[in-house]
Amino acid sequence: MDLTIPAEYVHFREEVKAFLAESLTTDIKRAGRLTTSVFADPALAMEWQRILHRRGWAAPHWPKEYGGAGWDVVQRSIFAEECLKAEAPPLIPMSLQMCGPCIIGYGTEAQKAHYLPRILSGEDFWCQGYSEPGAGSDLAALQLNAESDGDYYVLNGTKIWTTYAQYANKMFCLVRTSREGKPQQGISFLLLDMDSPGITVEPIIGLDLVHEQNTVFFDNVRVPKANRIGEENNGWTVAKYLLEFERGGLEYAPGLHFQLAKIKEMAAQEYTAAGIPLAEDLIFKRKFSAIEIEVCALEFTENRIKAALGSGQNPGPAASMTKILGTELSQKVTELAIDTVGLNGLPLQPAALEVSPAVDFVGPEYALTVMPRYLNTRATTIYGGSNEVQRGIIAKAVLGL
Amino acid sequence: MDFTLSEEQQMLQESVTKFVQNSYGFEQRKKWSQSELGFHRDNWKLFAELGWLSLPFSEEYGGFGGTPVDTMIFMEALGKGLVLEPWISTVLLCGKLIESIGTESQKQAYLAGIIQGELLMALAYLEQRSGNNPFAVQTTAELRGDDYIINGGKVMVLNGASADKWLVTARVSGSERASTGIRVFVVDAAAQGVSMQGFTTVEGGKAAELTFKDVKVAAQDCLGNADAGFELEAIIDHAMIALCAAAVGAMEVLYQTTVEYTKTRKQFGVPIGKFQALQHRMVDMFIAYEQSKSCLYMAALHAVENGLSSQSQSHIKAQKSASALKVKVGQAGRYIGQESVQLHGGMGMTDELDVGYYFKFLTIADALFGNVDFHLDRYSRAD
Repeated sequence: MDLTIPAEYVHFREEVKAFLAESLTTDIKRAGRLTTSVFADPALAMEWQRILHRRGWAAPHWPKEYGGAGWDVVQRSIFAEECLKAEAPPLIPMSLQMCGPCIIGYGTEAQKAHYLPRILSGEDFWCQGYSEPGAGSDLAALQLNAESDGDYYVLNGTKIWTTYAQYANKMFCLVRTSREGKPQQGISFLLLDMDSPGITVEPIIGLDLVHEQNTVFFDNVRVPKANRIGEENNGWTVAKYLLEFERGGLEYAPGLHFQLAKIKEMAAQEYTAAGIPLAEDLIFKRKFSAIEIEVCALEFTENRIKAALGSGQNPGPAASMTKILGTELSQKVTELAIDTVGLNGLPLQPAALEVSPAVDFVGPEYALTVMPRYLNTRATTIYGGSNEVQRGIIAKAVLGL
Repeated sequence: MDFTLSEEQQMLQESVTKFVQNSYGFEQRKKWSQSELGFHRDNWKLFAELGWLSLPFSEEYGGFGGTPVDTMIFMEALGKGLVLEPWISTVLLCGKLIESIGTESQKQAYLAGIIQGELLMALAYLEQRSGNNPFAVQTTAELRGDDYIINGGKVMVLNGASADKWLVTARVSGSERASTGIRVFVVDAAAQGVSMQGFTTVEGGKAAELTFKDVKVAAQDCLGNADAGFELEAIIDHAMIALCAAAVGAMEVLYQTTVEYTKTRKQFGVPIGKFQALQHRMVDMFIAYEQSKSCLYMAALHAVENGLSSQSQSHIKAQKSASALKVKVGQAGRYIGQESVQLHGGMGMTDELDVGYYFKFLTIADALFGNVDFHLDRYSRAD
């Protein structure tokens, strides 16, 4: 048991740092800094993806044979951490992290050859059609009807919470091809073009006034059966493969540490009633410490999981635990941030968050993202399987209840 | 980064686990805890035979050369059985302090006795108004001729009544909370002028209060004959990691016991573990345990890597991690303890189940060596 980092990883970190220093443009960095959710400005995120793609680093977790970087879990985590420190915007996850792996796992050779290069290059922009108005946490209750008609399926129904559907030219989605047996058994995984006749996209404006989400309506939309990934009625397995593919990939602690460092900087510029910098106020410091200690604990929880993965063990429901801890701590951290900036968090000025702002804003620049992040982060405990669902998974899989 | 145990560490863990499973039943423990000694001599002999009393000492003095990580592995396994034997007091707090600051002849005089299980010792460093600060010492030691004369009083001397000798902190100079001017004296339990009141602590352990009235101690019994405050602080941090390891072991047993109980206890016609309101609370207990275990690894590994002693440049990092651990274990222990009693219902309130003893152990583990508030404060001031 020790904390030593093998030399090859130290070298790898230097290589990543050097690349980031020379490749990140001012605009791309600004997009990273101003990102208030999981999703960065799409144009600049795609520009960043193209730069990474030229280096072969757009898909750290894909196998090399499909154009991925083929990195192990430690390299991936070093890369993610350095990107964070360099303020690179996060890449849009739907294509690279969600759709790609499903195609790699269950696509035919023809599907792989067609779609994967287009994902890497950014030629296709994918959105995810999973949730429906009646199927949220209970995803298997989805009803979008896919009626067989020769070589086609005819789709009728509704998808909701479709992030960035307004930018996407493709959608991967789960549809109902059978109503026999258990709800999980009648689902198929389909790829479709967003410009297919019969698709309507309607925006959903978030409580942070940002347009990330959409409702997508399907009215007799015809999709070739050749666009199915995996067997008919086997879509649930394809969707679940994603979780396995990603296993342990997601780490929260580095980002939380980074945000805490930012809060410390902000606290040095805010003042208490007594006229001292907030950063020197002992009550503030204790509040800060209490959260930082939880983040340190999560860092080591994630290290333990990573180490287990390295030696070939399956993390299983550990992903549910880190999702619960990571998202709930994200909420605590963003809450601490709004407490830190106080009144400076109140002005509503979304235009100032655009990458090339044409407006003057009030208050200090550091406060611009604080309230939007606080508001947006409330979603983290709802999406990706709500934290209540994650607790249900642990109760069953770990505690045997 | 590697979290696997070495072969030796696995063997240590297995042998302690076996000892706890075979020899430390709840009723047995209760009986030992109610005896005057507060533990069992035969167990202590066994600890010596198995080499457990030599674990943290360097090979030079007949030890195993164990690090804080080995301490952690050992104590986590002992904690599962709420073991009463005074390992932290004798081996860690006293033995390691002697090894750390004692003169060569002092090390020769005491370490072999500790390792062989013949010498029991206890550390007397806390006072009525010291607020857990090891530097807050009012007890005085005044040099008169070849002797020091000690006056003052000590509280919460863990395993104080069973000790053959105490290590006593006293001030030779400086104001009450000055970081310098503190020395440590070896005081025989039979010394003239000492009065002692032994007592039992809530979870079944033993401790004592000591009063010193003109107690004469030979100058050669001053440990290392030098200032000891910072080394004492480092040893207390090491003991804290040991205590927290025991607490993490106790938490594991307690949350698992509770989960198993809810699978068998039926109300409204179903096992109560089927209720989602209870399931989610037990998941949070499990997560609190895992987070505590992660903090334990962090603190033990940082202690090994950076050193707890202020002589090492990077000890602040290790000290902060030790405080972080104490905060986490204090909070998680209270949470898991309270929830376990609640989920056991009325039975959880009785002396018949071990649940209450785990709950009480986790409660005292928070209070010892500085509680959550103390360490949140220390952590916040560290840089």
